[in-house]
Amino acid sequence: MSVAEQSIAGAEARGHGFLASSVGRKVVMAVTGIVLFGFVTVHMIGNTQAYMGAEHFNAYAHFLKTMLHGGGIWIFRSILLTAAGLHVWAAVTLTLDNRAARPVGYRAQQNVGSTFASRTMRWSGTILAVFIVYHLLHFTTGTVHPNFDPANPYANFVNGFKVPAAAGFYIVAQLCLGLHMWHGVWSCTQSLGLSHPRYDSLRRGFATGLTLLVVGVNITYPIAVLAGIIH
Amino acid sequence: MSKHMNLTLHVWRQKNAKCDGKFVEYPAANISPDMSFLEMLDVVNEGLIEKGEEPIEFDHDCREGICGTCSMVINGRPHGPRERTTTCQLHMRSFKDGDSITLEPWRAEGFPVLRDLTVDRSSFDRIIAAGGFITAPAGTPQDANALPIPKENADLSMDAAACIGCGACVAACPNASAMLFVSAKISHLGLLPQGQPERHIRVRDMIAQMDAEQFGTCTNHGECEAACPKGIKMENIARMNRDFIKASLTYRPATGGGGGVG
Repeated sequence: MSVAEQSIAGAEARGHGFLASSVGRKVVMAVTGIVLFGFVTVHMIGNTQAYMGAEHFNAYAHFLKTMLHGGGIWIFRSILLTAAGLHVWAAVTLTLDNRAARPVGYRAQQNVGSTFASRTMRWSGTILAVFIVYHLLHFTTGTVHPNFDPANPYANFVNGFKVPAAAGFYIVAQLCLGLHMWHGVWSCTQSLGLSHPRYDSLRRGFATGLTLLVVGVNITYPIAVLAGIIH
Repeated sequence: MSKHMNLTLHVWRQKNAKCDGKFVEYPAANISPDMSFLEMLDVVNEGLIEKGEEPIEFDHDCREGICGTCSMVINGRPHGPRERTTTCQLHMRSFKDGDSITLEPWRAEGFPVLRDLTVDRSSFDRIIAAGGFITAPAGTPQDANALPIPKENADLSMDAAACIGCGACVAACPNASAMLFVSAKISHLGLLPQGQPERHIRVRDMIAQMDAEQFGTCTNHGECEAACPKGIKMENIARMNRDFIKASLTYRPATGGGGGVG
């Protein structure tokens, strides 16, 4: 058996599956990331109806809860929960692998190519995970809401953001979302191999544009309530 | 006549792979700005030998920027502060009189330190052995136009083949990922007709070996591209990912028995 044949046989014997491989988990990261970014974009668009008044906003909330006889929301929830679970699983296992890949660090490592956003993905992601739990307890279950009324989402929206600490946390979380999206939207195209010189500048531009749009609009909600524009 | 410089080196000293290492300070006196970085180290080592101390061990070979042996992290950057420059091609004129210079080995689980600034890079050889080749005998050179190859592919393949396997990408990557190296090897074969028969098995095997060598995974920072002395582009990583996805979707398990490649 030649050296070449031995090494091929060796690699096959290792039985390296897609989900065990580094690139495979990066693909999981990218695909679930697209689902989650897609969701926050639609979420942002849906919430613009807060500017159209209580009746309109509550009707939208009612539609979400009752579409497909109430099954629609659970379809979306299960897709999102699966995506978020896989995203966190991939992030944790890849991070542990990356830590193990450099057991001894440098005394002084200079960053040249990376960005603040790319270096803080683990932090922005962790803050977002905490925020999502808080957000669900705040507006979905009402557990941490000062005066939650399941029948009146618009009132919950206004009263929820009237608490400055809550509004502040939302704004901080949106800034983290901005960092996470700006690197993530570009990064997922790279992980999925979507690279071509003709579109490379568009990839960065798309990431910047989508991030500014989603974060820019989202951040107006708590500010608009505190400023009395939505009341 | 150029003015000579006095520098302070903070060098990682480690007796062997098993010992703990530490930084040791050495003066580098009367250094000509026209010296290469390695010549400066030669001068420092001569002084150490004269004093009866162990010289600083570092890897070097061609000293003309093509072999990729001269691995060391200089002030936090692989091969030092200049773009597209190996340590041997770096000159002392890139530094100022009185500068402090920190010298560290490549830091990665896949590159264990052997001694001082030298690391064992045989993991790269094993990744190549896992698939970075063409099995079919290529024979004697053919007529130039016997195999039609688009100019663009030939250029991109050549750009990827410029990788000298120095490991600066791993050293620079915050995750100690070897994906720029592996993707360059995959691209330089995958862009040419001769590389097609094993294109899919190659990407799966080389990535499997890369993971087995405990290199990290790409988070698309771009530090590798900035550190690469040969200007290898991250576009290659995207191509590797694309090939891996295709290969994973269309892979047929080996059935054994007769046949085989080529």
